[in-house]
Amino acid sequence: MSEVELASFRGTDARRAMTSDTVSQATSLALTMYRLSSWLKSPRPYLMLIGFAGFLGFWYLAVEIWKLPRFAEMPGLTQVLTEWLSRDPTYGLSIFMEEYYLHIWVSTRRIAIAFFLATAIGVPLGLFLGWSKRFMQFVFPVFELLRPVPPLAWVPLAIVMFHGSETPVIFLTFLASFYATALNTMLGVESIDVSYVRAASCLGAKRWQVFRHIIVPGALPYIFTGLQISVGVAWFSLVAGEMVSGQYGLGYVINTSYTMVRYPTIIIGMVTLGIVGYVTSAAIRLLGDYMMQWRTRELALGGER
Amino acid sequence: MNVQPVPTSGFSPTPSLQAAAQAARKGGVRIVDVVKMYGVEGAGVLAVDHCTFDVPAGEITVVVGPSGCGKTTLLNAIAGFHSLSGGSIYLDDEMLCGPGRLKAEPGPDRIVVFQNGALFPWKTNIDNIAFGPLMQGLMTRAEAYEKARDMMADAGLRGIERNYPGEISSGVRRRVEIVRALMNDPKILLLDEPYRALDSLTKSVMHEALLEIFYKNRVTIFFITHDLEEAIFLGHRVVIMTTRPCRPKKILDIDIPHPRDYAVLTTKRFREFMDETAAAVHEEAIKAFAAGEMER
Repeated sequence: MSEVELASFRGTDARRAMTSDTVSQATSLALTMYRLSSWLKSPRPYLMLIGFAGFLGFWYLAVEIWKLPRFAEMPGLTQVLTEWLSRDPTYGLSIFMEEYYLHIWVSTRRIAIAFFLATAIGVPLGLFLGWSKRFMQFVFPVFELLRPVPPLAWVPLAIVMFHGSETPVIFLTFLASFYATALNTMLGVESIDVSYVRAASCLGAKRWQVFRHIIVPGALPYIFTGLQISVGVAWFSLVAGEMVSGQYGLGYVINTSYTMVRYPTIIIGMVTLGIVGYVTSAAIRLLGDYMMQWRTRELALGGER
Repeated sequence: MNVQPVPTSGFSPTPSLQAAAQAARKGGVRIVDVVKMYGVEGAGVLAVDHCTFDVPAGEITVVVGPSGCGKTTLLNAIAGFHSLSGGSIYLDDEMLCGPGRLKAEPGPDRIVVFQNGALFPWKTNIDNIAFGPLMQGLMTRAEAYEKARDMMADAGLRGIERNYPGEISSGVRRRVEIVRALMNDPKILLLDEPYRALDSLTKSVMHEALLEIFYKNRVTIFFITHDLEEAIFLGHRVVIMTTRPCRPKKILDIDIPHPRDYAVLTTKRFREFMDETAAAVHEEAIKAFAAGEMER
């Protein structure tokens, strides 16, 4: 019996040793879990809840109880919630309707395609802009001239250039995304301390080896900042594009609900956009943490989370 | 200011008795009449002005001068980061740069340890150390990592192989960087004020660690600093530079026997060297200040 006890004691000991080993190896997942648990122990989530409660409470009171001027026309909180959660929505859109998910899917798919293209073209372009002075000298001026043109100004051209309703929307979404990614990647390359490049050439690295081992990883923090911005502006111009052209999608929902006087559905579209947009941006942040563990660990040591 | 003459020091150092022994060693650098101008010819700034001195093979040569005097320019020319405007630099009697080839090619025979450290933060310590041989294609992955592990253990750096440079103290980072350089069996190490950012306690530990590495490897060291005490403590030879444009003002052979440790700092001989040179360094510092040279 005592032997059994001893064995089980050893078992726990071994398990404890294993746990500490896993912690010291600090994989991305372990780090995320650690952050989650420390986040739940901190006052932040509760402050966040109070913030939300305040916002929603004001909405409810201002529209439905006090009926303040300018707010009276708005759909109220309870009206939106009942509509959103209803099995038989008055205006046809709720979490129980297949169409709701179709809109989300169509928008997300457009974002995914546009974001993928913007990254696949923007990151290499930005890397070469930062890496080669010659390349930058003839590409960058054109780039800088096109960049301030808002995606909305491209709408007519996009419709003329691309047939159908799908490609123009993806093109508009791509544009905004692409500028953010390319520009940040370029800044990332420029931010790299020249000592790293010199050290690499001292250690015998050839030009392309410097590119692969110094330029690409050195620019990664800026690239991921760029991708976060990129996915944000992608949603921004997607909705603009969907309002102008296209069928399905959350921007389309908002626009048609407005013309057809389905006010609660507008809010449903807006809230859904907020949630889906947040999820995409969080996913990119997680991917960045995973790909830049050196940075995550450095920041964790500095007490930043 | 009258300077007490010391037999082993002088403006043109005579070949010492050790010269024959040193000839067998690698990494001697001869700097001959080097001139470096920045900017347009004629309207440029003269950074290095007809500078001539030797870095004997297998010894530590320390260059001391006020900040911004152009000593880093000299180091950059040896390393192959900058071109010369005139003169030539030889490594073991082979011309690195000079007439017809103004810029040397950077290479693993001359490795720089940078002022602010240049370990790649996105690579683990061992990946950093194995980087050189892997890039040059000299070793297989297994061989490179085997050697890196051995060298880290030798340097007392066991246990941090899988850590990133951002996770270790700045003093340890410098040691990792020196090991990364030594991995390539360089002829000469070029250290550009490597301990400038460290606190004085860490600095003293680093000095002894550097000497230990030197005694073990006998690699030629070219060390830049503005700290006179550091220079005399470490160097076989100390070259005191004038402020910009930089040129040797005084070359001293420090005859305090190696191996040295921190007890040297309190010896009479060390104080004599300090007294002899402090005035010269101070004079240049005042000139630099008057010329408005800024701390970079």
